[in-house]
Amino acid sequence: MASRLTIKQLVTRHVGPLDLELAAGECVALSGPSGAGKTLLLRAVADLDAHGGEVWLEGTACQSMRAHEWRCRVGLLQAESQWWGERIGEHFQDVDEALLGELGFGREVMGWEVARCSTGERQRLALLRLLQNRPQVLLLDEPTASLDAENVSRVEAVIARLRQEQELAVLWVSHDAAQAGRVATRRLHMLGGQIQEVA
Amino acid sequence: MGVITLSPWDLALASTLVLLLGFISRRMQFGIEKRLLISALRTTVQLTLIGFVLKVLFENATLVWVTLLAALMLLIAGREVMARQERRFVGWWGYGVGTMSMFISSFAVTVLALNVLIQPEPWYLPQYAIPLLGMLLGNTMNGISLGLDRLTTSAWQQRQVIEARLMLGQTSAQAIGEIRRESMRVGLVPIVNAMAAAGVISLPGMMTGQILAGAPPLEAVKYQILIMFMIASGTGFGTLGAVWLGARRLFDERERLRLDRINKQ
Repeated sequence: MASRLTIKQLVTRHVGPLDLELAAGECVALSGPSGAGKTLLLRAVADLDAHGGEVWLEGTACQSMRAHEWRCRVGLLQAESQWWGERIGEHFQDVDEALLGELGFGREVMGWEVARCSTGERQRLALLRLLQNRPQVLLLDEPTASLDAENVSRVEAVIARLRQEQELAVLWVSHDAAQAGRVATRRLHMLGGQIQEVA
Repeated sequence: MGVITLSPWDLALASTLVLLLGFISRRMQFGIEKRLLISALRTTVQLTLIGFVLKVLFENATLVWVTLLAALMLLIAGREVMARQERRFVGWWGYGVGTMSMFISSFAVTVLALNVLIQPEPWYLPQYAIPLLGMLLGNTMNGISLGLDRLTTSAWQQRQVIEARLMLGQTSAQAIGEIRRESMRVGLVPIVNAMAAAGVISLPGMMTGQILAGAPPLEAVKYQILIMFMIASGTGFGTLGAVWLGARRLFDERERLRLDRINKQ
């Protein structure tokens, strides 16, 4: 498999230096205690924090691409979604109807008020919002932490389909060992800013 | 009709009103009396000093001296803009953003007005140049400090939203766009209000002064309109510049939100 994302000697606050490769279509689960640096790692890969080392997307260095383009292609989903408009629809330019259905919503959701949506609904909608960019790499920071079992499997199914169809590469931070077992091709554990392979 | 000269007694009498206000503040524990007295004292000292400075300057009306005084006024206004920021930019930028924008807008508008509109002889005649620049700086200073203050406090409060927008692949200009617009609007509100209220609710200070000094009302009005337009454009361009510069400074070359560039409270 070709390498989709290559991380070399990445250093950011409390994290690294570390190397990591993500193949196209691969899903790597990342676990580890709070404060191990998982979120910091994701932020550095999305180029949101200053960092040492370099990251490549399909052979193109992050530094050689404009930062907002990079973030379109290497999408980061935060643990807590943020909304600025009053209604959901204000945050979308166009909507993939199929994806909307897969995540358990109908077209009418675009008229909903953000304040009336539950945390779980917002989280699924934030995933949908991010996927509208059609990223090539997805960095997920506990994407299903606030979801019930039915919606957890919806999210997992969507990601699985995109990995299959678009060869989306995924780095998935999860505290749930069972989930890591279900979704991941490879499992990593992070401790004190370093990662190691889980057998 | 000449100017009616004020005696020291007139001023002393007026000051007792301020003292009375301070006394009431103390009795009722508003806690403003100290600042009230200090600023009243500052008014007296600063205005007296500038009175002497202007007297000397008018007698030695050379470009060098006018420029020096103008530069000094700019530097003090720049310090004032910085002091009014709740969260100011770290380092040189804290002073530079406001001062630079004020310099460009106020000086450009003043020089333009002197050379093209009023045309005193010589163009830098301090009787015109200094009060004009003073009015421009005073108003631009307000607009810029309001605009910058709104920019940095909003960026701080909405940092999570800004970062979320960056994560979605928006450019830094898109991510800060609404805050930037709002900050510019806030900076322009005072002068827009002043223009709207001019003559109906308040008689602007300069016009009042000219009328007190015996100028015909319609002449005073013409000057006041000219000044209002100059102040509005000076404040407007100054605020646009400062907010634009500040908004750029909030991000680095990789479009990361850099709140470490503004002071924590």
